[in-house]
Amino acid sequence: MRFKKVLCVLLTAAVMTGLAACSGGRQPSPAPADNSAGASAAADNTDGLIVVGFSQVGAESDWRTANTKSMQETFTADNGYKLIFDDAQQKQDNQITAIRNFIQQEVDYIVLAPIGETGWDTVLKEAKDAGIPVIIVDRMIDVSDDSLFTCWVGSDFRKEGDIAVAWMETALAGKEKVNIVHLQGTIGSSAQIGRSEGLEAGVSANSGWELIAQQTGEFTQAKGQEVMESILKQNSQIDLVYCENDNMAFGAIDAIEAAGKTAGINGDIVIISFDATHAGLAMTLEGKINYNVECNPLHGPRVEKLIQQLQAGQTPEKLAYVEETAFDAATITQADIDARAY
Amino acid sequence: MSKQNPDKDLSARAGASGIQKVLRHRLFFPLLCLALVLLANVAKTPNFFAVSINNGVLYGYIVDVVNRASELVILAIGMTLATAASGGQDISVGAVMAVSAAVCCQILSGGEVSVTSFQNPLVLAVSASLAASALCGAFNGFLVARLRIQPMVATLILFTAGRGVAQLITAGQITYIRVSAYKTAGGYIPGVPIPVPIFFAIGTAVIVALLLRFTALRLFVEAAGVNSSAARLVGLGSARVVFVTYVICGFLAGLAGFVASSRIYSADANNIGLYLEMDAILAVALGGNILGGGRFSLAGSVIGAFTIQSLSTTLYAMNISADQLPVYKAAAVIAIITLQSDVFRGFIRNPRIKNITGSIVFSKKETQT
Repeated sequence: MRFKKVLCVLLTAAVMTGLAACSGGRQPSPAPADNSAGASAAADNTDGLIVVGFSQVGAESDWRTANTKSMQETFTADNGYKLIFDDAQQKQDNQITAIRNFIQQEVDYIVLAPIGETGWDTVLKEAKDAGIPVIIVDRMIDVSDDSLFTCWVGSDFRKEGDIAVAWMETALAGKEKVNIVHLQGTIGSSAQIGRSEGLEAGVSANSGWELIAQQTGEFTQAKGQEVMESILKQNSQIDLVYCENDNMAFGAIDAIEAAGKTAGINGDIVIISFDATHAGLAMTLEGKINYNVECNPLHGPRVEKLIQQLQAGQTPEKLAYVEETAFDAATITQADIDARAY
Repeated sequence: MSKQNPDKDLSARAGASGIQKVLRHRLFFPLLCLALVLLANVAKTPNFFAVSINNGVLYGYIVDVVNRASELVILAIGMTLATAASGGQDISVGAVMAVSAAVCCQILSGGEVSVTSFQNPLVLAVSASLAASALCGAFNGFLVARLRIQPMVATLILFTAGRGVAQLITAGQITYIRVSAYKTAGGYIPGVPIPVPIFFAIGTAVIVALLLRFTALRLFVEAAGVNSSAARLVGLGSARVVFVTYVICGFLAGLAGFVASSRIYSADANNIGLYLEMDAILAVALGGNILGGGRFSLAGSVIGAFTIQSLSTTLYAMNISADQLPVYKAAAVIAIITLQSDVFRGFIRNPRIKNITGSIVFSKKETQT
């Protein structure tokens, strides 16, 4: 029968190339590698090392991988630490299990990069009862009692927005009227809220700045491109596009170039971007992104400083921000990109 | 009742005027909805239909609609076949798109995160990604056709796991293929003003339409969908037919994933095709197809896909703020499905029917009390 033949051909082809896909696709993933081994080795053989249990969200982005690496490079035996790393693969259940394991293993400190804001009360209470300090990194958590965690380390997104606006004020000084397009991240995410607040404050402070379009690109390149395509058709005069992450900036630049305009330092439209990933900085060096504000994933050193404070019996600040810089297309060098691991 | 074609019952009546014939055509309401969505733009954006040549390529809102709808058109065609044959939907197509993109980019990059030249031939990568997605479709088809698991439950497995598989393939990274040849499928061929994704959509539609017209595929699919036991009794392997439609659906999802990946010259496993399975199902429904399976109209689904994309483009063109966007989209979808509902269609075709149904409902209530 015809169907049988079609079926056979399809299946054979599928199986054959499925195998090819598997062999091509198997990559060593650095993040979860020492997951189970580290956890089972437990805390009994510490030799006076400070034992830190780190529950990471997963490895969903370059940023996250860099975040993990920073922790792994900071908390080494040479520095006097033993790191028990757990990759939760995007599941809160796994994170809660990991924290309970850390408590059982009687680690000295728990570091948690939470997947979401809520649902941490019970497990953090257990940690508190066990007398283990909990340091939250990256995203903030929402708990009924603030004493459930010791302190938090992360990015100040509002400040990132302010850094960008400060650059815009100098770069665009002398321009009477600036038409700004604002590509927002996923509505409601903390990065979107902070970065949008920064721009909106800037727009109300500068009389010549006008927000001609504001739309979400959901932090993705595809949506950034689609939205920008549409905005370009509505507005003939666009001076600046404020993209809340690098991926949307890539999409926006593609759309601008497809419309026959140019972006970047020698172009028609100024591009502001955030995150300063490796790919984003490459675009900045190329001159297509004028200004790229960093979202620093290197939390390791900052967390270590807090642990040292706690070891010395001091009370650290409840909220600690990582230091963040920005890269100007006019001054960026290849060395800046090479220094970037993510 | 719902599985029969209403056109035939009605056309049996004598004296149908030309207007009524148009009203009764099964594509009339899907087309009406598409036209309404598009015309709504003229009020806010008078130049909505304007098409110009800019930078050597066609440029305009209407070009965006047709271009951006391409992936959805491809998905909707596969979804129509799977729906018609099995009476259920394949909700894994979005995830399969991500798998396809991941396989394609990972082979092209040879394992690197970002490359500026192909590490392996493009043909190999594309055929591998299409085969991988056909394999996903075969997996779904096996569960649905052989194990007789409800389609939505069976495809829920890949809906959940597919993106994880894609992440595994790309080692959790976004793999970039910064080669201009790779951007072609989502961009333009030099010298041709029409975006390439449109060719993929047209090509898929034409090939599937020809298959339906010149083979017994349509007959088999509809027979399996209308009554699979009866089809089996007359010697038609319903399970095999259902299986094949799921393989086709997976294959087409892979094609859509390749086009989507080419647009952004990368494999973004988290976001490629995200929520697109819902749009594809909606496209099938807006096209006047019955989600319970049976007779189907491919053209209807394609029109449905264009309607959904015009809605998105319209909302962008109207500059509706991001936080309110879902509300407007939902309101528009409610309006469209109301327009397409059997009750409303019946009222438009013959206003007197409303009185009849009204009186039936009334009498039922009366007997109950």
